[in-house]
Amino acid sequence: MSLQPSDVEKIAHLARLAVSEQDTPAYVRNLSNIIDLVGQMNAVDTTHVTPMAHPLDMAARLRPDAVTEINQRERFQAIAPEVDAGVYLVPKVIE
Amino acid sequence: MEWETVIGLEVHAQLATQSKIFSGAATAYGASPNTQACAVDLGLPGVLPVLNAEAVRMAVKFGLAIGATIAPRSVFARKNYFYPDLPKGYQISQYELPVVAKGSIEIELEDGRVKTIGITRAHLEEDAGKSLHEDFHGKSGIDLNRAGTPLLEIVSEPDMRSAKEAVAYMKKIHSLVRYLEICDGNMQEGSFRCDANVSVRPKGREKFGTRAELKNINSFRFVEKAINFEVERQIELLESGGSVVQETRLYDADKGETRPMRSKEEANDYRYFPDPDLLPLEIEGAFIAQVKTTLPELPDQKKQRFVTDYALTPYEAGVLTASRELAGFYEAVVEAAQGEAKLAANWVTGDLLGALNKAGLDILASPVSPQALGGLLLRIKDNTISGKIAKQVFDAMWHGEGDADTVIQAKGLRQVTDSGAIEKVVDEVIARSPQQLEQYRAGKEALFGYFVGQVMKASEGKANPAQVNALLKEKLK
Repeated sequence: MSLQPSDVEKIAHLARLAVSEQDTPAYVRNLSNIIDLVGQMNAVDTTHVTPMAHPLDMAARLRPDAVTEINQRERFQAIAPEVDAGVYLVPKVIE
Repeated sequence: MEWETVIGLEVHAQLATQSKIFSGAATAYGASPNTQACAVDLGLPGVLPVLNAEAVRMAVKFGLAIGATIAPRSVFARKNYFYPDLPKGYQISQYELPVVAKGSIEIELEDGRVKTIGITRAHLEEDAGKSLHEDFHGKSGIDLNRAGTPLLEIVSEPDMRSAKEAVAYMKKIHSLVRYLEICDGNMQEGSFRCDANVSVRPKGREKFGTRAELKNINSFRFVEKAINFEVERQIELLESGGSVVQETRLYDADKGETRPMRSKEEANDYRYFPDPDLLPLEIEGAFIAQVKTTLPELPDQKKQRFVTDYALTPYEAGVLTASRELAGFYEAVVEAAQGEAKLAANWVTGDLLGALNKAGLDILASPVSPQALGGLLLRIKDNTISGKIAKQVFDAMWHGEGDADTVIQAKGLRQVTDSGAIEKVVDEVIARSPQQLEQYRAGKEALFGYFVGQVMKASEGKANPAQVNALLKEKLK
C-alpha cells in the first residue's frame, strides 16, 4: 500500500472533494494500485524516450492575434448566483 | 555575525497583444468589469484554449534578446489551485518545458561595475482575474477582464546580493521589454509586476538559507523596501535563535512590512500536469531566424554607441538610453542641433528631464519638441544667447511662447557682442565702484567676480561673458 489515509485526505482537500471517512479505505486501496502500477512502469528504461505531453502526435496550431469575441456579460451573468455592478460576487476572500 | 543576502526575482510582464493568450477576447485595460471575459476566460464547460501566435513571437523575441535558448518543443501545464479569480481551478502555465531557457542580462552596480545576472527561464502563462475586496458589503467582487491576459514570467537565478541589485535588475528587464515592444511596462496598471525570493546566509557559507517569497511588489521603490524589510526580519529571527520558515509573504506598502499569507498555506502543492487541451508548442529555426531580424538595437548596444559616437560618459549614455523613447528624443535633438551631442546631453538630462519630472510628464508628452530644443542649442552655439539666457528661453518655450528665435526676438534676449556697447557698460560699472576698484587693485582679486556680476546685471545678462571677462581684465589692471 503506497498511500496512507492521510494522503488521501490531503489530496481530497487539495481538489476540494468531500470524501467520507467510510469511503477513505477504498480510495486508499484504488489510488495505491494506480501508484503501484506507475512504480512498475518506472522499472522500464526510458532514457531515450521523449516524455509524451499529449496522446496526439501533433504540434499546437496557433491563432492570429485578433479580437474575435464580443461582450456577452449579460448572458454569462444571467446564470451567476450573485452579481453587482458587473462583477461576480463571492464569499469574502482576503489576504 | 556578518550576513549575506541572496535574492532571485520572478518578473511577470503582460505581453502587449490585442487578444488574450488562449481566447479572442480583448486585453485593453480599464474596460467595464467582465465585458472582456469570454466563455474561454470564464472556464465554461466545453470550451477549448487556442494559443495566440503573437504571444509566442514575443516570448521568442525576449529569449533572443537575453541570449537564451529557444525550446524547439515546449509544453503547457495546468497549475492547480482554488481562488475565485481563477475560474477554471487551474492556471495554464509552463512547467517542465518552458519556451525560453538559460539567458542572462548585465546590470550596472552603483560603483560602476557590471554584473551578469542569470535568467533561468521565461515561460508563457495566463493571468488571473482581479478580486475586489471593498464596496461589496461583506463579499468579494470578481472582475475577469484580466483573466487570460498573456504573461511572460521571467525567472532569474538567485544571483543578486542586495536590494539595490534587485532594483537594477528589475529596471533592466523593464527597459528591455519596452525596447522590444512586448510589454507596455505600466506598473500602476499591473502590466509589470514582481515577486522576490529572499534569503540570508552567514557570509562565506555556500548553502542558501531558507527563503521567503515576497508577493505583490508593484514599484521599483517597493522592491527595495520590501527586500530590506525582509532581510532585516530574517537576520533578527536567526540571531535570536529562531529559524526562517519557507512561506509566501505579502508586502504591505502602507505599513512598510511583509506578513505571511495565511490562506495559501497549502497552495504550494500545485500538482502540475500537461494540459490535455493543448498540444505541445513547436518552434522552428526559420521562425526564430525571422524573429531575430525584428530585434531593435538593445539598451546595452545603444548605450555603447552613445558613448562611442557622441563621446558621452557611460552615466549620461545610461540615462539617455533608459527608454527607447528618450534615446530617440535625444538623437533627434542632436540632429537638429547639428551634432552638438554633449550640449544636447546636458540639456536633455538636465533642464528637460528636470522640467518633465516636475510636471509629471512622459518624454513623449514634452511641450518642447526635439527640433525646438535643437534650435535653442544652435543659438547657444552661434553665440546669439548665453547658456544662462538659454534657460530663460527654454522656460518660455516650455510655456508655449514659440520657438527659440521667436522668444529671443520677442523678449530682446539677443546677446550683446558689440564690444563698444559692452565697453560702455564696463566703464559705467567701474566708475560707480571706486571702493571695489581700489581694493581689487590692492590685491583682493576675488572682487573680479563682483565686477563681472555687475556688468552682467547692467546688461540684463545679455553681454557676451567671454568679452566681458576680457574687457574687465584689461580695464582693471
